Amino acid sequence: MSERAMPLWEVFIRSRNGLAHKHVGSVHAADAAMALQAARDVYTRRGEGLSLWVVPSSAITASDPAEKDMMFEPTGSKIYRHPTFYKVPDDVGNM
Amino acid sequence: MYTQGLLHAKDDDRAAPEPADRLARFQARIDAEEKIEPNDWMPEAYRRTLVRMISQHAHSEIVGMLPEGNWLTRAPSLRRKAALLAKVQDEGGHGLYLYAAAETLGVSREELMEQLLLGKAKYSSIFNYPTLSWADIGAIGWLVDGAAIMNQIPLCRCSYGPYARAMIRICKEESFHQRQGFEIMLTLARGTSEQKAMAQDALDRWWWPSLMMFGPSDTQSQHSDASLRWKIKRFSNDELRQKFVDATVPQGRFLGLAFPDADLRYDEAAGHWRFGAIDWAEFRAVLAGNGPCNRQRLAQRSAADERGRWVRAAATAHAEKRRARAAE
Repeated sequence: MSERAMPLWEVFIRSRNGLAHKHVGSVHAADAAMALQAARDVYTRRGEGLSLWVVPSSAITASDPAEKDMMFEPTGSKIYRHPTFYKVPDDVGNM
Repeated sequence: MYTQGLLHAKDDDRAAPEPADRLARFQARIDAEEKIEPNDWMPEAYRRTLVRMISQHAHSEIVGMLPEGNWLTRAPSLRRKAALLAKVQDEGGHGLYLYAAAETLGVSREELMEQLLLGKAKYSSIFNYPTLSWADIGAIGWLVDGAAIMNQIPLCRCSYGPYARAMIRICKEESFHQRQGFEIMLTLARGTSEQKAMAQDALDRWWWPSLMMFGPSDTQSQHSDASLRWKIKRFSNDELRQKFVDATVPQGRFLGLAFPDADLRYDEAAGHWRFGAIDWAEFRAVLAGNGPCNRQRLAQRSAADERGRWVRAAATAHAEKRRARAAE
């Protein structure tokens, strides 16, 4: 088997208008048009969506899980970014 | 089936020693029910076990299209044909979700397919039995997909994220498969005496192989411990087999069919259906390549791969031509 490997594409589906596209999996295909066809056949056999995106997997830059503390931990201590940090007297009502 | 691959695990898993503190941290994440994602550190044995399990599962879906495909052109009505076509298409889709999940572990679909075609990879023993009559399509949906669901529902909670997510999609779709199979069995069982005999014959032939799908008994399966500890599996082979028998026997009685097991009886005290001894020699023979259809299945898969080669080559050439023109 000396065939060249088919490129990999990540598949995103918008399940209905008003919602964001969500990652559902991946397919192999030679080009974008065929990737869309394959994604339609593999991931939308039961009315799962209204819109499909396919993105070359190689085009995605991901953060390194090993660096997740450095990336995300600093926000953990910044509780003043949340509304519940601030006290509003009951008499003021909903805010 | 999906657990059978663990039989063939090589014990070279511990080739390179892994730091004890990392292993302990990994186990702590598992114990805390955290999901493991593709780029996270994982023990080499965890990775290998998953590649083996997921790829074997994927191969089973793909090879599983063959026995059912055998009846596509001979389905008794358009309704049955449309349903069977949808089911076979689902199996193909399930195979693809699973190959994609396996690829997140650093192995390519081409490599996995090559292992299958070279006979190095296993798939579920059940697909090496022939579909001799239309009733077999009913029995496969009811029993084989029923057994698969029993095995797959706990896999939705597998510690490896991509496998668990693939299993959630698969389980949703698999439920239709089982119900369409049971409906076929019910129609035959309520039909003419000839139709009922067909249904009985299918149950006679598929019952024991369905029980074998859960893999060797817990006393024989040496890899269950690690898989349970890593929460790849949630239940042992024997536990799942018993659940399947308990769920299925009442359904078979509803059909008015007899199970081909003289020792089958209800254990009031335990609340379980007790079944007779499984012929493990037959199981091992089928797994070793000597079932009724092993050679035929691999030959069909190889032929499909061969016949599709020019299509893949043409698609790749077309994409390259388009890219080159766009660059001009």
